[in-house]
Amino acid sequence: MRALTWHGKHDVRVETVDDPEIINPRDAIIRITSTAICGSDLHLYDGYIPTMKAGDILGHEFMGEVVETGPSSTLKKGQRVVVPFTIACGGCFHCNKHQYSACDNGLPADNQDIAQTIYGQPMSGLFGYSHMTGGYAGGQAEYVRVPFSDIGPIVIPDGVEDDKVLFLSDILPTGWMAAENAGIEPGDTVAVWGCGPVGLFAVQSAFLMGAERVIAIDHFPRRLELAARFGAQTINYEQTKTYEALMEMTGGIGPDACIDAVGLEAHGFFADNVWDQIKVSTFLGTDRTHSIRQAILACRKGERVSMPAVYGGFVDKFPLGAFMEKGLTLKTGQTHVQHYMPGLLNAIMEDKIDTTFLISHRLPLEEAAEGYRMFHDHQNEVTKVVLKPGMTPSPKEESRHGSH
Amino acid sequence: MADKKAPLPSDDAPLTTRKEDRIEQMGDQLPEPQGDALASKTVTISRPRAELYAFWRDFTNLPRFMENIVSVEPVGEGRTHWTVKAPAGKTVEWISAITEDRPDETIVWASEDGADVPNSGRIDFRDAPGGRGTWVSATILYDPPGGIIGKVIAKMFQREPGIQARRDLRRFKQLMETGEIATSARTRQAHEEEEV
Repeated sequence: MRALTWHGKHDVRVETVDDPEIINPRDAIIRITSTAICGSDLHLYDGYIPTMKAGDILGHEFMGEVVETGPSSTLKKGQRVVVPFTIACGGCFHCNKHQYSACDNGLPADNQDIAQTIYGQPMSGLFGYSHMTGGYAGGQAEYVRVPFSDIGPIVIPDGVEDDKVLFLSDILPTGWMAAENAGIEPGDTVAVWGCGPVGLFAVQSAFLMGAERVIAIDHFPRRLELAARFGAQTINYEQTKTYEALMEMTGGIGPDACIDAVGLEAHGFFADNVWDQIKVSTFLGTDRTHSIRQAILACRKGERVSMPAVYGGFVDKFPLGAFMEKGLTLKTGQTHVQHYMPGLLNAIMEDKIDTTFLISHRLPLEEAAEGYRMFHDHQNEVTKVVLKPGMTPSPKEESRHGSH
Repeated sequence: MADKKAPLPSDDAPLTTRKEDRIEQMGDQLPEPQGDALASKTVTISRPRAELYAFWRDFTNLPRFMENIVSVEPVGEGRTHWTVKAPAGKTVEWISAITEDRPDETIVWASEDGADVPNSGRIDFRDAPGGRGTWVSATILYDPPGGIIGKVIAKMFQREPGIQARRDLRRFKQLMETGEIATSARTRQAHEEEEV
C-alpha cells in the first residue's frame, strides 16, 4: 500500500510499504477514506519527538471502511467507521471508568517502560505518534490495522459525508472535553487561549454548554475570524494586552472559566531534555508556559482552569502561589475519545456542531508531503488539511496552491 | 541513640521496596531459596483470583505471555522442564518443582540441582481492595549466569529477570483483561520477528 512515512526533520515521503494484516483477534483492517494532518503531527515533522524511527507511518485522525475483521471484532465488512486516536482496551479498570486515555493495556508491554519512568504509570497507546506511545502505524495511508476494534471505532450511518464526522477521531472530542473540564455553568464568561482546531471546537462546545460569552485569544487573523463566526469575542494578543483586556471585558473580576488550548501541537510524552531543547530552539516552551500562567492570573477567584494544551515534561515559573491563593481548580488530560464519540456524533447529525468549516485543504494522499509543508509554513491560511487516498492527484500547479 | 546497625522500626511497605538490600529476608519467605538476585513486581488485574490462579497453575500457559520462555513441559510429580532464552541467542534449562501450592492464593517453586540458572520464586494472588480484582505479585530469586557481569549483560539484552518480570506481568494482565497481548506490529511476519 501507499503510506506517508517519516524519515527525519522536514522529511516525510509517500512510499509503498507492506499492507497491514490482522494479528490479534480483536483487530480490524480499515481502508482509509479520509485522514487529517493534526497540529501535533507538525512536531513530528519538526523532529522534536524522540523515539521516532525512519519509516514510521504517521497519522492519528482517520476514518474509512472496514475491509477485514479478526474473529473477536464486532465490526462488519463494509461499515464506515471513525477511529479514536487513543488505543484503549475497554477491559481494564480505567476503561471501565471511561478514562480511555489512561488505559492500562493499550501500550505493548515493552513500550510501557518509558511512560512508567516519566509519568509514574503508562498511558494508552496512540496511533502514528512515536514508539513511546506504542509504535503503532498511523492512518495517513491506504490501510491501517486497528487494535481493539470492538471498543474504539464508531460506525457512521450511511449518507453522512466523511468531512462532517472525521474530527470525531481527535480534535472535536478534545475541544468538547476541554469545555467539560471547565465546568461551564449558564451565564459564564469563558476565555479560550488558542484558536486552533481544539480551541475552535472548545468555543462551540462552551456555548452549547450554556456559556453566555466566550472570549477567544490568538494572533492569526483567520483563526480569530472563525472564532468570531461562532459568536466569540476576540483578542489578538499581538495588538492587545491580554490580561488587561480580559479584566476590562469582565468588569474586573476575570473570566469564570479559562481554557488553555495553546501548545496542543504535541500529544505529550517527551522527556524533559527534549523539552528543554524545544524551549531553547523555538521559544515554544516560553509561549506555552505563558498561556497557562496568563490563564491562572486572569481567572476569577475560586474558579476553573481547563488545560487541553499538551505539556509533556516540566514547565518553569508555574504560578503555584496564585493558583493556591485564588483557590483555583485545574482539570486536564489526554482525551477519552471513546467516551465522547457517540454523543458528539449525535450533535453532528442534529447540526448542533459545525465541523466542516475547519477544512481549508483537501489533497490526495500522494501529495501528503506537500500538505505537511503547506500546513507548516502557512498556519494562518491552512487551518486543516485532509488527505484523501482515493482522490485523483491534481496537476502539480494546482496542488501547490492547495485545493478549494 | 541506637547503634547504627540496629534495625530500623519496621513499616508496612513490602521488603522488596526497601532502600537497603533485603534479599536475606526475602529468602526467608521462600522454603528453598536459590540465588542472590531479586526481582519482584505486583500488578492489579480486573479478574477474579481463582481464574488467574488456575491460568497460571497450568505452567504450559506461561509461554503465552512470558516472552523469554521457549517451553515448559511437565515431567511428572509436579515437576516441569523449562527452556528459557538467554542473551546471545542461547537458551538455558532447568527442572523446577512446586514446593508449596495453595489454591487461589500462592504457588511457590524452586529449581532442582543442576539448573543452568538456579532460581526460586513465588506468585501470590490476593483480592485487591475495593473489589478491584486481584493483586498478582511475582517474586523471583535467581543466580545470574556469570554473576554480576552476567546480570549487566543480560540487562543490555533486556533478558534480565527484573525487566522480564515487569513486562511479563503486564502481558499476563493484558491477556487476562483483553484476551490478547498488545502489539504494534503491522504484519504477521513483523509480529513473529518481534517474538524471536
